[in-house]
Amino acid sequence: MIRTLARPALLLLAQMVLTLVLAPLLPGIVNKVKALFAGRVGPPVFQLYYDLARLLRKGAVFSRTTTGVFLAGPAASVAVPFTAALLVPMGGATAPVSFAGDAVVLAYLFGVARFFVVLAALDTGSAFEGMGAAREVTFAVLAEPALFMGLATLARLSGGPSLAPMLTAAGQGWRAAGGPLALVLTAWVIVFLVENCRIPFDDPNTHLELTMIHEAMVLDHSGPPLAAVLYGASLKLWVLGALVVKLCLPHRGTWWIDWPAFLGGMTLLACGVGVVESIMARLRMRRVSQALIAAVVSGTFGFLLLLLA
Amino acid sequence: MTSAPITNGTAVPLSEVPLLPFPDFQEFIVESCGADHRLVALSVGPDLAGAAVLASGAGPVLRAVRTTFPAAGFPSITPRCPEAHLFEREIAEQRGLKIFGHPWFKPVRYQRALGTPKDAWDRTGPIRPGVADFYRVEGRQVHEVGVGPVHAGVIEPGHFRFQCNGETVFNLEIALGYQHRGIERALAGGPHRATLKHMETAAGDTTIGHLWAHCLAVEGLLDLEVPLKANLIRAVALELERLANHTGDLGAIAGDVGFLPTSSYCGRLRGDWLNMTAVLCGSRLGRDLLKPGGVRFDVDAARIADLRERLEAAAGDTANALDLLWHTPSVLARLEGTGRVIPAQAKNLGLVGPAARACGLDRDVRRDHPFGPYREAAIPAVSEDLGDVAARARVRTQEIQGSVEFLRWALDVLGALPPGPVAVGAPKALPPNHLALGMTEGWRGEIAHLALTDEDGRFSRYKIVDPSFHNWTGLALALRGEEISDFPLCNKSFNLSYCGFDL
Repeated sequence: MIRTLARPALLLLAQMVLTLVLAPLLPGIVNKVKALFAGRVGPPVFQLYYDLARLLRKGAVFSRTTTGVFLAGPAASVAVPFTAALLVPMGGATAPVSFAGDAVVLAYLFGVARFFVVLAALDTGSAFEGMGAAREVTFAVLAEPALFMGLATLARLSGGPSLAPMLTAAGQGWRAAGGPLALVLTAWVIVFLVENCRIPFDDPNTHLELTMIHEAMVLDHSGPPLAAVLYGASLKLWVLGALVVKLCLPHRGTWWIDWPAFLGGMTLLACGVGVVESIMARLRMRRVSQALIAAVVSGTFGFLLLLLA
Repeated sequence: MTSAPITNGTAVPLSEVPLLPFPDFQEFIVESCGADHRLVALSVGPDLAGAAVLASGAGPVLRAVRTTFPAAGFPSITPRCPEAHLFEREIAEQRGLKIFGHPWFKPVRYQRALGTPKDAWDRTGPIRPGVADFYRVEGRQVHEVGVGPVHAGVIEPGHFRFQCNGETVFNLEIALGYQHRGIERALAGGPHRATLKHMETAAGDTTIGHLWAHCLAVEGLLDLEVPLKANLIRAVALELERLANHTGDLGAIAGDVGFLPTSSYCGRLRGDWLNMTAVLCGSRLGRDLLKPGGVRFDVDAARIADLRERLEAAAGDTANALDLLWHTPSVLARLEGTGRVIPAQAKNLGLVGPAARACGLDRDVRRDHPFGPYREAAIPAVSEDLGDVAARARVRTQEIQGSVEFLRWALDVLGALPPGPVAVGAPKALPPNHLALGMTEGWRGEIAHLALTDEDGRFSRYKIVDPSFHNWTGLALALRGEEISDFPLCNKSFNLSYCGFDL
């Protein structure tokens, strides 16, 4: 009895600790790669940890127009990716929390986070935040079907709507269903980049409010709430990154191979994001929705290909 | 002959400049601008004595006329001559004159008119910058976005108000004046001890351009012959200023579209160009290099060799960084077709500098009204005709190549010159009752300084026209029908001066 409980408990603990501790490392790696490309030393890899520590020591400033809803944004942006992290298998074939239909829960968890972030943005009454919120929901409408078409393909491949078997089947299925999986991967990489406001769809480093998508919605946060927003963003990068990595990663069943392989994959993904950001410019705003439509089409074709094969 | 011919860097006695009745004066401006002329400067002194200078598209000779403005106000010529629109608003604000029939009659810098209890808008209380009526579009689908005057970056203050339908901009209105320091007012009764400092800081990134224009005006008044060596050193400094700013701005354009490589390289290279100016005079911005009569510092053979070496290194690196920009499809996709100014509008508004040349208007003071060594050196014509961000960036890229060529030539000539003085003595007293004009091509475009002296040989009126004065409206028009998210990119492609406008 104790032995049967010990394994899931250990997995839960490992996944929680690794997610919470390592997530802020990803933006650090991205920035380091960008700095190397530009011939700069760049900020330390641990910069986000220092930033979070600094912000937590500061006080927060609240605009007089805001209400309690304003804090729901930062709260949801940490709580949601953390909950979602429990549904995704990282090291092995199982996730700490797994049930039939958890894939749908995962997709709508991010919908919940978006709802609260948008609400908090509108709460400020600022033109920038309203504009950012409008852009965010416009793009989310297109990002969601792209994610779902991918999930449907994987569900078909694994024969059930639970995320852990789905991603495991995908990791193992490249030889049998390489074509559909490549199309799903294309769709998910686009979703991953859009949702995490990376170049070529958004620029996380810009100071120009008029060009921002996601960042425009969190302009009015400061101090600990801003720390929550930044930490939540790194958690989201981690969770969505884990989806992409696990889609490509076959698993061996031994934890001392699977966990390092997963962490290596995440590092590679961060490096890849850094390289993309170093060599290309941002798309024009109206092209972002076109790219997302391409992602939906790619996911749909993946699904059809698998259905007809 | 209803106007006095005048060339860049010369002066004429006021008695030779015809004093026209006011309606004739207005007609003269409208008719000349309707032909091939354009308005370089239009200014009114505190005594309502007005003067206008018009440049011809055909040759280096400009035409000057004078008048006395009616104290009761006057009908606007803007509907018939759009390039006068800001000049008229400025006159109304500075002298408290009412102008009738102006299509957009608003203050320019939110300053108080001197000598009149009420101004053109009957404001008597305190005047706050940016507090005025703005153009508005009504409708349920329309929303308004206000940006500034406090911005997210370390830039100057200005207020931008957008009328948008979703992401599309219907109209952009720009309100400036936050930087108004009263430079023109301080110059009246001058030149003072602080005058050269005022000129250097009229627009802080155009130290050489403005100070050289001032020197041209003063040297014209004093009829001074500046040594060739001094003129060459001035030109080297002016081109270095152009190189530093063009390089920095192209890097910033790359930064705005999120293209890291060119952005990073140009950030460093701008510093290299600034450091070359420091080799000339010890100041990276060229402060204290020029003075009426010449320059303050000679360059010896060792420094010329140093400059040559730095020039070749920086020129090669800049060319590489810009090659990267022009060979990246994702960058071109952002620049091309964005922020178009229609050539006909550019002509009507009297745009100057790279912004005009990007619309096919081949205007360059260095060639059209040559001064100093530009009388001998050929400045290649640079012109694009699409008027978008890409065209403006291309013009600036080509100007970088042109400036590098010029510097090679100028440093060769400088090295071959025998040692000699780099300045002639400039007497303190200016000739009374004269009108002088100094024009240079700063990196943003045409800089015009119009000086009028009174019977004591002091400035009765000193008008500074920064290229930004002509070009801000061009930026507003470039945004029509564009995506609001492309505003920073369009703005950077013009990169206009706030303080040069606000004075």
